[in-house]
Amino acid sequence: MGVFRILKDDRGGQMLLLFLSVVTVLIPLLHLLVPESSPFHVTTYGITLFGKYLTYALLAVAVDLVWGYLGILSLGHGAFFALGGYAMGMYLMRQVGDRGVYGDPLLPDFMVFLDWKELPWFWLGFDMFWFAMLMVALIPGVLAFIFGWLTFRSRVTGVYLSIMTQALTYALMLAFFRNEMGFGGNNGLTDFKDILGFNLQDDATRIALFIASAVALAFGYLLCRWIVSSKLGRVTVAIRDAEDRTRFIGYRVEYFKLWVFTISAVLAGIAGALYVPQVGIINPGEFSPLYSIEIVIWVAIGGRYTLYGAVIGALLVNYAKTLLTGVMPEAWLFALGGMFILITLFLPHGIAGLFRRRKPA
Amino acid sequence: MLKSTIKRSMIAAGITASMLFTTAAAAEETIKVGILHSLSGTMAISETTLKDTMLMLIDEQNKKGGLLGKKLEAVVVDPASNWPLFAEKARELVQKEKVDAVFGCWTSVSRKSVLPVFEELNSLLFYPVQYEGEESSKNVFYTGAAPNQQAIPAVDYLMNDLGVKRWVLAGTDYVYPRTTNKILEAYLKAKGVAAEDIMINYTPFGHSDWQTIVADIKKFGAAGKKTAVVSTINGDANVPFYKELGNQGVSAEEIPVIAFSVGEEELSGIDTKPLVGHLAAWNYFMSVDAEVNDSFIEAWQAFTKDDKRVSNDPMEAHYIGFNMWVEAVKKAGTTEAGAVQDAIIGVTVPNLSGGFSAMMPNHHVTKPVLIGEIQDDGQFEIVWETSGLVAGDAWSDYLEGSKDIISDWRAPLSCGNYNVKTAKCSGQNME
Amino acid sequence: MTRLLFFITLFFCFVNPLQADTASDFDAALEQLKQKNFALKSDAIKIIAVSGNPQARAVLDAMLNGGLFMRKKEKDLVFAQKQGSNYQLTAILTGEDLGQLKKRKMKKVGINNTLRSELRSALALLSLNNPDPNERLAAVNNMLGAIDTVSAATLRDSLENENDSSVQEVMRLGIALSDISSNDKKVRLQAISVLDGNLYPAAWNSLTHLMEKEQDQAIKDAARQALHSIDVKRQMSGIAETLFFGISLGSVLVLAAIGLAITFGVMGVINMAHGELIMLGAYTTYLVQVILPDSPGTALLLSIPLAFLVSGGVGVLIERGVIRHLYGRPLETLLATFGVSLILQQLVRVVISPQNVPVTNPEWMSGSIEINSVLSLTLNRLYIIAFCLLVFAALFFILKKTSLGLQVRAVAQNRAMARAMGVRSERVDALTFGLGSGIAGIAGVALSQLTNVGPNLGQSYTIDSFMVVVFGGVGNLWGTLVAGMTLGIANKIMEPWAGAVLAKILILVFIILFIQKRPRGLFPQKGRAAEG
Repeated sequence: MGVFRILKDDRGGQMLLLFLSVVTVLIPLLHLLVPESSPFHVTTYGITLFGKYLTYALLAVAVDLVWGYLGILSLGHGAFFALGGYAMGMYLMRQVGDRGVYGDPLLPDFMVFLDWKELPWFWLGFDMFWFAMLMVALIPGVLAFIFGWLTFRSRVTGVYLSIMTQALTYALMLAFFRNEMGFGGNNGLTDFKDILGFNLQDDATRIALFIASAVALAFGYLLCRWIVSSKLGRVTVAIRDAEDRTRFIGYRVEYFKLWVFTISAVLAGIAGALYVPQVGIINPGEFSPLYSIEIVIWVAIGGRYTLYGAVIGALLVNYAKTLLTGVMPEAWLFALGGMFILITLFLPHGIAGLFRRRKPA
Repeated sequence: MLKSTIKRSMIAAGITASMLFTTAAAAEETIKVGILHSLSGTMAISETTLKDTMLMLIDEQNKKGGLLGKKLEAVVVDPASNWPLFAEKARELVQKEKVDAVFGCWTSVSRKSVLPVFEELNSLLFYPVQYEGEESSKNVFYTGAAPNQQAIPAVDYLMNDLGVKRWVLAGTDYVYPRTTNKILEAYLKAKGVAAEDIMINYTPFGHSDWQTIVADIKKFGAAGKKTAVVSTINGDANVPFYKELGNQGVSAEEIPVIAFSVGEEELSGIDTKPLVGHLAAWNYFMSVDAEVNDSFIEAWQAFTKDDKRVSNDPMEAHYIGFNMWVEAVKKAGTTEAGAVQDAIIGVTVPNLSGGFSAMMPNHHVTKPVLIGEIQDDGQFEIVWETSGLVAGDAWSDYLEGSKDIISDWRAPLSCGNYNVKTAKCSGQNME
Repeated sequence: MTRLLFFITLFFCFVNPLQADTASDFDAALEQLKQKNFALKSDAIKIIAVSGNPQARAVLDAMLNGGLFMRKKEKDLVFAQKQGSNYQLTAILTGEDLGQLKKRKMKKVGINNTLRSELRSALALLSLNNPDPNERLAAVNNMLGAIDTVSAATLRDSLENENDSSVQEVMRLGIALSDISSNDKKVRLQAISVLDGNLYPAAWNSLTHLMEKEQDQAIKDAARQALHSIDVKRQMSGIAETLFFGISLGSVLVLAAIGLAITFGVMGVINMAHGELIMLGAYTTYLVQVILPDSPGTALLLSIPLAFLVSGGVGVLIERGVIRHLYGRPLETLLATFGVSLILQQLVRVVISPQNVPVTNPEWMSGSIEINSVLSLTLNRLYIIAFCLLVFAALFFILKKTSLGLQVRAVAQNRAMARAMGVRSERVDALTFGLGSGIAGIAGVALSQLTNVGPNLGQSYTIDSFMVVVFGGVGNLWGTLVAGMTLGIANKIMEPWAGAVLAKILILVFIILFIQKRPRGLFPQKGRAAEG
């Protein structure tokens, strides 16, 4: 089977897939079968929380694909994540229909609120699930394509490229904060009711979303692994290590970069789309440059250039955050900041580096 | 090899699962109160004070012997000014920590983010900040001001007492200023103010370069009619705004600025000498002359061990909200959410301005409206107050979409969003 | 308007005729000031203003400046001056020293906006014959807002005895503002010629008012001409104003970015804690002001070197503790310094306070220089522009003319070669990072005069600074200067028609597109160093 071939030399990946299949079975079971009084019971809180982590993990894998294998340190992947999230949010918003506060059958509440008379053109079509899902992939993809096409052709590299991705997400954040844009301004999109007719607050829907996130992560991982172990992947590593040489050999470097970058953006968009129904809100804060930096940090902590390291990092940092903001609300930033510094200093290959035997190519 | 891989994954999965388990059921002898205020990030500036206020109130209640014979226990979490994290933390408080009521949130978006959680889990949230209205949830109690408890009286004061004819509505670009300005615009036009005498301006959060806008306000105010600025500018952006006003020589006598988001706490970060005479409208000022206020301030300064620490309006809102909750729990004899929801309507407790506030059937409270002028010591001199109490109106009478909507959580209506024309209850999340 | 009229009539009819009577009025009025009701207080002010009592001025002045108190026990009014934590009291009539009292034992005579402007008007009238021309100028300016035939007559009288030309000019303007509604065509024409090109807002308002109802064509033409010349002047002032705003915003950007131009530009460290180093500088200003509460100016000047030392010191610590281990891994400096920034932010929250802290503007930095009625340059901005250029020059000098600068450049260009030539590269690294951090601290001192001093101060500046440095070209100081100024001015040119947010978005899009054209910024580095 293809999956086995892809994962042939990838111990981390094998473990990851096994881990995912175990949790997708175990956690819903623990939720449904184990009585609430038992210490082994998993609450809906636990399920959505873990579902959220999994979408973060997919996002981290997407970042590792471009950073670890292409050498593009993107400080703007949060933008693709948020765009995917907004596309999903718009679909969920349209599903609310006339159950909103003002009971308008067509317009979301915030538009009634601001005296909008008709639905803006860019909201059309989002009442259809397939269209919204298409947009989840298309909007981040096209944006990444245009951005990459401009940037890679003019050979913007290194730090300049990083800062440009940061400018991109910063500009988008400011734009989405504007109420005139028609995306709900600072409040963003919230108060969703159901998805494909299923109530979002039902346990079954939550479990389904959780499983969908796990499956998306598994497929996202396989796709990335397949890319990096194919010829394309080997060229990308060559580009990362010596871009000019690769170009002189005759590869059209910018095309390789462009495609990988676009795929990565699409994956981030899908992660965002899965994230939104689970947390129940999407707002411009997700575009904040600081969040995008955090994503990079997950990857660094987990270990870049491994893909599965990104998953470890995302899960670990976010779990630490959940735990520490509750246990030590005043001091958790010291712990988190300290962790970032220590891991960068003492584990240059991240946590995955602990398991790895051979040096990266 | 494959075997060991499986084994390792199983262990990892086990560990992960165990991370998610609920901790053993809470010890029975305490009543838990959740505090959901940002202690880091951009909103920490305002919200940490409210966390301390809650800790003090809980502490004092415990000294009085607790509640229903049990001690109160505060559960503090940090949602870090991150709106999705607010929802996650709210769920953690209610589902994992099993708190009986939550006091928290500051921004409207954080409230919107946690609202579905409280409705789903049927728990209670006390929200202490002035807000734009247009909401009334079964599970939320709005102890801050609705627009009719702050904005409208303020404009009346400017119009009648100061003879203002020309208006600048300046705000930060988010839902509270947008709605407030919309209500005010409709209100002013109803009062015969021409469209060209109203200037509306929105700026982003944390806007720091006010040169152009202040110059524009100055030009707008030079047209010969008395001009005032109604400011819904949010917290952080105020300091540079006022500094620029002072430096460009816009004095309170020429163009007074009345603010809805600037209180003692915000002023404690500014040198107020150039601002003397600018105004703010609130339901409470630290300078209120009342014995209950003096003892509250004394307790607060003792609690924070800082004899310069100021008090402000949202703190009073928590004071009112917490005492109402305590009274309602006593009345109901239980902390169960449904019983408290029924019991709390009509509960009346002392507020800090020497009067009493009551919880209305629409989950808003009655309050006096005060207008104060900034003094050089960072305090407000109260120059006007309503003769009686004003009841918070969840749905504005000046907005097209909401003037027919009322809210009443008493049986038999039990609806936060009831349209009197169509006789329909819409937009509710529970069955 | 009526208020002023009231004063003027009273003032000119009742000065000094009945000393005994007004004296008792004066006492009664003082009594009335104790009332809470503002209308009663307002009446009392009017009486005091015309009482002719030698203490009238002092009473009104004290009331305006919040120095008039009522003793709760004795129930009498006194002057009070803050002295330490207590107030030093003086009797109003006798000037007798009444010792010190706690604030709680007294009640301030409160005023509101209406009273405040009444007090100012009253004081203005008492100042119309003041020997100080500045006082007289302020008094006349105060009258301009509500000019009518009576006050114009007063001005005409005073004009004859006036010898200060600037006061005369304003007086003439006031008379013209009244004359423009005269029934005599000649007088109207004469008034228009005075108002021609005058930028005082009332001039434009009264001319447009005239245009609406004037019948006479000749006068209409003259008024149109006058309005046109005002408009032209206004436009010129508008352009100058935009330029000034732009330069001042630009200098803020340059100040914030210039430290980063060293740490990031020269050393290649992606220093995410840059903003927090700025913040530390601002907090240093606050702390120095706390130690020297009575002289904010000295404190501010003193905090410039101190902020340099504090931020620079922290910078050296960061370099020695963290960054030193990360050379050759520039992208990873981003991660570690991001951690540092989180820690520094929370440290300030825990140690000082999560709230913003107040930083006072010294007297000489408040206010503005008035070029004309519609164009005034705020002093704090002027100082900051000058300060920015000064810092830039100093930094430029250090890098180009000192041996440290030489070593810094040598290490940046070719570390191995520099070491071979005997440069102690480790020491140079620490000093360079310290220098960049110190400059960031100095920027914090400047920013403390413009904006909030709080734990979040640095965050927004970090991103802006990176934009400026990258736009200007990494490793080039001139680039940073030009880039900061360009972005500042462009932002301010766009802001009036695009709004503040859209202007910023357009700037960001512009930077993204610009980098496509010139991938290494405005002033690209040349040669081998560019490859590193």
